[in-house]
Amino acid sequence: MSTTTVKPVRPWTATPKDRLMTGLSIALSVLISVVIVAVTPMKGKLAYFFIFFFAWLVLDSLFIIRKSSAKGVRDSLASKITLLGSSFVLMAVGSILWAVVYRGVKGLNIAYVTQTMRQASLFDPIGKGGILHAIFGTLLLILIAVLISVPMGILTALYLTEIKGKASGLIQFLVQAMSGVPSVVAGLFIYAAIILTTPLRASSFLGGLALTILMVPTVTRTAQEVLNLVPRDLREAGLAMGATQWKTVALVVVPAARSGLITATILGVARIAGETAPLLFTVGTFDSYNFNPFKGENTAIPVVVWRALNSGTPESVQRAWSAILVLLIVVLILFVAARALGSRTMKK
Amino acid sequence: MSDQTQNTPTSSLSAVAANRAETKVPGSSPLGTGLEARGVHAWFDKHLALEDVSLDFSAGTVTALIGPSGCGKSTFIRTLNRMHEFIPHTSMAGQVLLDGKDIYEPGIDVTKIRLQIGMVFQKPNPFPSMTIGENVLSGIKLAQLKIDNRDELLEECLTRAGLWAEVKDRLGAHAGGLSGGQQQRLCIARALAVKPKVLLMDEPCSALDPGSTLRIEETISQLSKSMTIVIVTHNMQQAARVSDYTAFFLSDGGPGQMIEVGPTNEIFSRPRDQRTENYVTGRFG
Amino acid sequence: MSVDTPAKVIPAARKITTKPRVSDQIFRGVVTTFSFSALVILSLIALFLLLQGFSTLREQGFGFITHFEWSVATDDSGKEVAHFGLQAMLVGTVVISFIALIIAVPLAVLTALFLTFYAPTSIKRILVTLIDLMAAFPSILYGLWGYFVLMPMAVYWAKLINHWFGWIYIFGVPQPIFTRSPFIAGIVLSVMIIPIITSVSREVFSQTPLDRIQAAYALGATKWGMIRAVVLPFGSGGIVGGSMLGLGRAFGETVAVFSVLNIVFRSNFQILFTQGGNVASMIIQKFGEAGKTEINALIAAGLVLFILTLLVNFAATFIVTKTVKSGR
Repeated sequence: MSTTTVKPVRPWTATPKDRLMTGLSIALSVLISVVIVAVTPMKGKLAYFFIFFFAWLVLDSLFIIRKSSAKGVRDSLASKITLLGSSFVLMAVGSILWAVVYRGVKGLNIAYVTQTMRQASLFDPIGKGGILHAIFGTLLLILIAVLISVPMGILTALYLTEIKGKASGLIQFLVQAMSGVPSVVAGLFIYAAIILTTPLRASSFLGGLALTILMVPTVTRTAQEVLNLVPRDLREAGLAMGATQWKTVALVVVPAARSGLITATILGVARIAGETAPLLFTVGTFDSYNFNPFKGENTAIPVVVWRALNSGTPESVQRAWSAILVLLIVVLILFVAARALGSRTMKK
Repeated sequence: MSDQTQNTPTSSLSAVAANRAETKVPGSSPLGTGLEARGVHAWFDKHLALEDVSLDFSAGTVTALIGPSGCGKSTFIRTLNRMHEFIPHTSMAGQVLLDGKDIYEPGIDVTKIRLQIGMVFQKPNPFPSMTIGENVLSGIKLAQLKIDNRDELLEECLTRAGLWAEVKDRLGAHAGGLSGGQQQRLCIARALAVKPKVLLMDEPCSALDPGSTLRIEETISQLSKSMTIVIVTHNMQQAARVSDYTAFFLSDGGPGQMIEVGPTNEIFSRPRDQRTENYVTGRFG
Repeated sequence: MSVDTPAKVIPAARKITTKPRVSDQIFRGVVTTFSFSALVILSLIALFLLLQGFSTLREQGFGFITHFEWSVATDDSGKEVAHFGLQAMLVGTVVISFIALIIAVPLAVLTALFLTFYAPTSIKRILVTLIDLMAAFPSILYGLWGYFVLMPMAVYWAKLINHWFGWIYIFGVPQPIFTRSPFIAGIVLSVMIIPIITSVSREVFSQTPLDRIQAAYALGATKWGMIRAVVLPFGSGGIVGGSMLGLGRAFGETVAVFSVLNIVFRSNFQILFTQGGNVASMIIQKFGEAGKTEINALIAAGLVLFILTLLVNFAATFIVTKTVKSGR
């Protein structure tokens, strides 16, 4: 019976005529915007954009009102205005990415990622000195923050998903509140609590502590989400076999959520990798390598950017852009890794 | 109570069907020519879910669509007012004619179609942020129609849906406070307010208790005097009680098909197809 | 139910108790202990900021938040005379955060609507990735971009606004200097909080019950009609909550604001003029050359900022959870 020769169609999608009309209205709007910009004193990219958009709104509404009512016009206006809103957001992201890549690439060279600033100053010409020490500094800070905040975050998440104790609601609430702690306050806290009251002075370890405060909420919330994705029956299967809750969590739940927990860690790292303000209070600044986390000041890429930005010469500004490009590449890699791992978890 | 009818053996379904006053005969009706499906197919992605259904819903009649789960009857009813297309990656073929005009005609204003072919869903779904009164008139507001007398329309629709007496003193209350059956009748009133020619009901009683079911069935009988009604139901007694015509749908593992259609008492007393007989007598495997 | 039913004896519910094994007790103990880390950290922050900032708070009293003077001087007798008042900074923080919200909320809600209901799948995927990425941009990057890329453009916009609307007080300027103004800081902040508001709104919009959406369509609603009747009432709590989260972020933002704002200790509501305030940025600015007394004052300022952001975040969390739970 299934020798059907009927072709499936989608009468609700746009017909060729509709598409022609859309194309025509866009083309006409481009034309209008070019003409208006040419003959009036309004100038610039934004002028093009706004005139084009306005013309498009009007023209398309005219097309629509021919076949539909005012209701249809209002509907299409609404859809175009959401598109307008999104394109503003898109323009902002595009502008930021473009600025970083375009301006950052100019100052990138081998020396920049293989040397330190020990022999060079911010005002030296580009090509002398680099930020390798800051890259190591950032990695060291991240390592310290990960070592403290990942166990803390995952255990908190386990409390929320596995034990579900009486305090769950409160803790959930506090974790959410903690994610709103301003980064400057985190730095100031470490300064007030440790540097002012103990003999310890600015070091990578203290910087790592400050970053931990910012990282724990992200890790906790993401870990909680992925642990909640582990099916209930997996847990019940473990418990029903007579395993203790501890064994069930350690051997069933956590392994099942492993790649998701890695995603949680990576997202946490992405959150703190670019933090500047807390480090200014807790890490100080240094122009070469310092691998001792407990002794001596250190630096990190965002701090390098900060100092270069505030120096204000063309060379230092160029260094700032290049350093931020390196930082952004690091964040981007982390981000892509988190997404890839995350989507793998979801599929499982 | 309806329990009585529900407890009768299936074999007396024909008696229930025969007890209905009389089957309306299609013909010249002041309500227009009704709704007609011609060769309707429906796909989900590449999967053909409904194959070649042609069915004529004469104006002013009640047609019940029956059949086991997954036989395509819900898919079919959703093609009748173009709700099918809201599921991503679907497609269809064939025509659905309302008063002789194809509702899938390219360039047609689909919102106008849905105003003329109303729908009531399986689960009562009043808008919780609106009051009872606002719910009834929500279609008017959504379609931006002009009405002369708001209160009159409100009373008329709620009366026709059999809810007026129960809610007339609390039209300003939020709809969430009503019982399931009341909510469903509110949804019917809401669908009636835009004065549709056809009302589609997709298992309107499946989430309700027997008492509420009975009320809704009474409402359907009342409404059938003035409009065309298509109802999907799992409950064969219900089909026998409320409908003039019954169409039986079945899927043998492949796409759903319409096996047989006819006056309701014939379908339940002397079906032409063996499969229909198996289903209505409960011998269905 | 009837009156003469003989009284039934209902047994009390048995209590089911188990004694967990030792390994489980340890597991539960450790996990529970760690789960209180959020509470401990938040309390410690409040405690130490209060401890170190207490001297300032005691000396300045309410003046700490109502005065706008910030100075440390040594008088003739060699005694230190300090005036610490946050008023201008608090006003400035609220002003630029408010500007940021006014710009960000409409754009974020429109973007969320576009992503949830209009965008084709392919565009949706790209845009969602970009917006998530935007949330991961370091704040120093926003500072750099704001200063070098946005400011030249924004100064031009500010001049236009001043030209046409200068007769309104807030758009007027005492002198034609438009760089590093609250207006520009507000734009930078708005770009930073757009991803937060967008993702919260999108989350809530996508939870709109399908049956209500279908009900609206079946009544002949257009997509926009459906959004107004169903999605916006349902999602309003999410929009408000997301905006509050964004506001919390805006209150606490430091380096990005510092780069594009001229910090002056005077309350200024003329948003286009190069004079503004921000608690967090002020802390960074003054910290470098601060003496002992001033450091205590900066820590007290940090305490005020901490409490402020905590309150906003509590409110935001409360609104979002309530909305998601109630399902309305």
